[in-house]
Amino acid sequence: MALNIEIDGQQTEVEPGTTVMDAAHKLGIYIPHFCYHKKLSIAANCRMCLVQVEKAPKPLPACATPVSDGMKVMTRSDYAIQAQKGVMEFLLINHPLDCPICDQGGECQLQDLAVGYGSSSSRYAEPKRVVVEKNLGPLVSTEMTRCIHCTRCVRFGQEIAGIMEMGQAFRGEHAEIMPFIDKTIDSELSGNIIDLCPVGALTSKPFRYAARSWELSRRKGVSPHDSLGSNLQIQVKSGRVMRVLPLEIEDINECWLSDRDRFSYEGLNSEDRLTQPMVKENGQWVVADWQTALNLVASRLREIQVKDGAEQLGALASPMQTVEELYLLQKLMRELGSGNVDHRLRQSDFRLDSQAHGAFWLGMNVADLNKLDRFLVVGSVLRKDHPLLALRLRQAVRHGAGMNLINPVVEDYLCKVANKAIVSPDGIVNALAGLVRALAEAKGESVPAMAGNAEVTPELKAIADSMAGGENKGIFIGNLAQHHPRFAEMAALAQEAARLCGAKLGVLGDSGNGVGAVAAGAIPSRSAMGAQGITGMNVGEMLAAPRKAMVLLGTEPEYDCHDPLAALAAVQQAEFVVALSPYKHGALDYADVLLPVSPFTETSGTFINAEGRVQSFNGAVKPLGETRPAWKVLRVMGNLLNLPGFDQDSSEAVRDEVLGADAQAGVCKLLNNKTEPVQVTLAGMDKLERIGEVPIYQMDAIVRRAPSLQRTADAAPPVARASGMLLEKLGFGEGGMAVIRQGQGSVVIRIDRDDCLPANCVRIPGAHDVTQSLGALFGELTVERA
Amino acid sequence: MVIQGGPVIFNTLHLSDSWKLSSYESAGGYSALKKILAEKTPAETIIAEVKTSALRGRGGAGFPTGLKWSFMPRQFPGDKYVVCNSDEGEPGTFKDRDIMRYNPHALIEGMIIAGYTLGAKAGYNYIHGEIFDIYEGMERAVEEARAAGYLGDNILGSGFSFNLYNHHGYGAYICGEETALLESIEGKKGQPRFKPPFPASFGLYGKPTTINNTETFASIPYIMREGGQKFLELGKPNNGGTKLFSVSGHVEKPGNYEVSLGTPFSELLQMAGGIKGGRKLKAVIPGGSSAPVLPGEIMMDCTMDFDSIAKAGSMLGSGAVIVMDESVCMVRALERLSYFYFEESCGQCTPCREGTGWMYRVVHRIEHGQGRPEDLELLDSVAANIAGRTICALGDAAAMPVQGMLKHYRHEFEHHIEHKKCMV
Repeated sequence: MALNIEIDGQQTEVEPGTTVMDAAHKLGIYIPHFCYHKKLSIAANCRMCLVQVEKAPKPLPACATPVSDGMKVMTRSDYAIQAQKGVMEFLLINHPLDCPICDQGGECQLQDLAVGYGSSSSRYAEPKRVVVEKNLGPLVSTEMTRCIHCTRCVRFGQEIAGIMEMGQAFRGEHAEIMPFIDKTIDSELSGNIIDLCPVGALTSKPFRYAARSWELSRRKGVSPHDSLGSNLQIQVKSGRVMRVLPLEIEDINECWLSDRDRFSYEGLNSEDRLTQPMVKENGQWVVADWQTALNLVASRLREIQVKDGAEQLGALASPMQTVEELYLLQKLMRELGSGNVDHRLRQSDFRLDSQAHGAFWLGMNVADLNKLDRFLVVGSVLRKDHPLLALRLRQAVRHGAGMNLINPVVEDYLCKVANKAIVSPDGIVNALAGLVRALAEAKGESVPAMAGNAEVTPELKAIADSMAGGENKGIFIGNLAQHHPRFAEMAALAQEAARLCGAKLGVLGDSGNGVGAVAAGAIPSRSAMGAQGITGMNVGEMLAAPRKAMVLLGTEPEYDCHDPLAALAAVQQAEFVVALSPYKHGALDYADVLLPVSPFTETSGTFINAEGRVQSFNGAVKPLGETRPAWKVLRVMGNLLNLPGFDQDSSEAVRDEVLGADAQAGVCKLLNNKTEPVQVTLAGMDKLERIGEVPIYQMDAIVRRAPSLQRTADAAPPVARASGMLLEKLGFGEGGMAVIRQGQGSVVIRIDRDDCLPANCVRIPGAHDVTQSLGALFGELTVERA
Repeated sequence: MVIQGGPVIFNTLHLSDSWKLSSYESAGGYSALKKILAEKTPAETIIAEVKTSALRGRGGAGFPTGLKWSFMPRQFPGDKYVVCNSDEGEPGTFKDRDIMRYNPHALIEGMIIAGYTLGAKAGYNYIHGEIFDIYEGMERAVEEARAAGYLGDNILGSGFSFNLYNHHGYGAYICGEETALLESIEGKKGQPRFKPPFPASFGLYGKPTTINNTETFASIPYIMREGGQKFLELGKPNNGGTKLFSVSGHVEKPGNYEVSLGTPFSELLQMAGGIKGGRKLKAVIPGGSSAPVLPGEIMMDCTMDFDSIAKAGSMLGSGAVIVMDESVCMVRALERLSYFYFEESCGQCTPCREGTGWMYRVVHRIEHGQGRPEDLELLDSVAANIAGRTICALGDAAAMPVQGMLKHYRHEFEHHIEHKKCMV
């Protein structure tokens, strides 16, 4: 039954349970407010939204007053305005008059509303309240004297981030919003409290005093740091990215951003930026002009192609490059006659290349994650790899979904985990086989051959029972599984499990443009949009049998590859290496030509996220120095090599060439998680295994150079971790310095106790200086006392 | 004054060890409960009886108890709770502690009957944090009742189960606000919730909950034993029963007095021995510190019941009668009262958090000879901006004393501002 309400003379009908605030919003009537936020629970504590309601003896808060039928509300009557002005006066008496030096100035709700409801002089002549500063860590700056106690940050922690890191201590006028004593805010979503804060109490620390909001131009952008493709509002001044805020898009990032998406921009302005083409002459780096550098690259590539054959050319691209760049790169390689091009740098099992039917994707829309009622995550450091996808899954759990895990690590998921099977990385295969078996047996089907006689542990039985129920179900393969040398078997078993329980199968995706890279054809098995093309070597093969010439697009092999040792060896052995990169980096040691190309903010382009959404964007700022967008560089390189089809005059032209006129429809056809069966071996490894995840702030070249993110707790230098039982067996007691050997590599590192880990596993994050020398993310290890 | 029909609350006071179960039983205690359980009296009948009694909430607001009980969704499946608000923190109020000290079983029996009526299997008695000995006494009483089979599973073989838990707070005045009290029981910071939803639909742990004051619950056994009509006749229409008045201030014999509602104030004053030292009565705060002050001459025409005091422009509140003689400076008195609300505001919502401190500071400077001519208008305005604008009633409670004082004693404040010293 709809309820009738009249607000300021306008009539509307609303559903029961609607608040006056929502009804007013529907009518386009603005009611001033501070504590109300559409994504947070109602607190009704600021009292700014007091309105007059007919027959009510006192003004009522619009945010907390449910509509009743026939209600008549006046938001701008003298009575209402007087109440609102009264509240505004109270808010201002203890608020410092420091707008001129406050970072919130110009985008401050209190400032804006004070213009409308405040008085030009104050009746409060007493000394104002002063609140002692709090240290919330490297990302959020505080000026708690400005706080108006709206508790948005507190509620965000409790309800959205899932962890209560802020709270209100003390009483009355002495009440303070603060973190736990001597604790910082460490959530991977912490930056959102900056946006939520309606005043200048919580502001961005990296942005502090950098610019005034009215000096900034706002440009739309898409984040390349994870497979979600969060929409960004990139704020720029004088050709420099000054700050990044979320661009609200309900179906992707809602109004949130992960800290990685928000603060990574610092890496764009890094000292480490490469701003001029450079060539190595007689072992010395010299600055060159573009013409010289490109001519050199073209002639060297041609020379090696002619002399050693096209199969001696290889290209490694970062999956955070745009579709256009990746497309032109593979086109260049294939026109030169080589199919040796890959973007799956951290992957180590390519058996599915011949078995897959399309691009691996999430298996459903991002917005549908909230609606799941059962799901299973396989091999993922979920919160760190996918901060906002994890948030959606958490919301699903909050609404009653059952969360199941088959994982080598345990995180604090900040929500109820229904069942978990904690197994070694290699053991994921057996666990999935056990799950398949349990599901088949429960259904009365014959157990598929691939599941063999796998053991069904009580945990797996519980997961099977959980997944057998429910309607909307998903099985998600995380980054740990995707990077594992037995990914193909895991995917095949997960597919079977999904079939048996009627769940959708999804791949969470380890990079910003993984789907886009497959669409662009930056894989050896297929050309653009799944077309047949010249095939070649995958990244694993290229590193195992180093090519004579290597083209690196946005790649830092020493951090970005599954096995940094093998990657380094391969590029060092190459006769000719050209690195197209926004940064100077390890390539200074092994490359022959360095070409400065734009990061995502300095070029137009397209990313395709895990749900297959095609998102094109323009450059937010001009390329720094002599930097050029990589698509232009590759296009010119194609011209210099006299290759056909390199005459696009805009990135849009490139995009249309790859994705077609109806890009979204084309990409949707490409999305497919189905694979043909692969051979599954159930004889598990009986050795000490490495669990090698990529830490949240080591994910890509940009975040690795974002200083504030690098100062967070999540960016602390890695240590090895192992269960107490294993440590005891190895003679470590509670931990200590260890020599860890893996294949050719070794590292001296502290090993600590973590009883959540499976037996026979040592968790050692990769993609980091400290652990680079160890080699592949997964594999057998030996551990000795240092 | 002798109450015809005997005292309701302090019906064991004439006995030695009045707090013991045996004393209570000898005065007819638990007979109502036994009867209800034996006869399986329908809840509707009990609620009707409470309605007949015209028992009004003794915690301050005076809401009809029978009506409140009828709001409880009794038939609703799932847990329901009854909660007793013994967080007596209002300055001037000291009656509930005496009920718990001298006749705890009246409260326990009242809560069990409430639990039976409202379909609750558990009750919580939230006791003010600064009266720990009372809490310990209550614990002993509950233990006694449990041992005697009045509490626990299958009470007296009736199939009805009810458990009672005492919970002591830590001394925050705000926890006497019923929803802040619920938050506090749940282990959270004591801050009021906004209403709706009301506790009857979303109370303790989100379950339907009925909250009553100690004295309210303690009146229930009498009503069920002697009948609602008899209770009503103890008082006057719409103001049934007797009431405890905590008389304090400038009287010869301060203390708790149980008298019929409708008793003239002059009689109550007489019971308390009259004004101390034979001085003149100046003013009375009739219902705890948050009630507006009334001049002595108005009070002398009042009877002690909800309606009479409300008509005079104040409220009966919790029945804390603060008597002031002619030596009292009203500016000084208000300074003290304002300080209390400033200190006890929970800080959750804006008008109270910011306004209580503002009011205190203005009154403080008037008291200290630094008042400004515009200050009284400012106080009027700040108090008006707090009253009715807050989440809970603490805002009103803080504003009313200011408004009451300025209404009746504005000239004293003006004198203070002008002459920078006291009139008295």
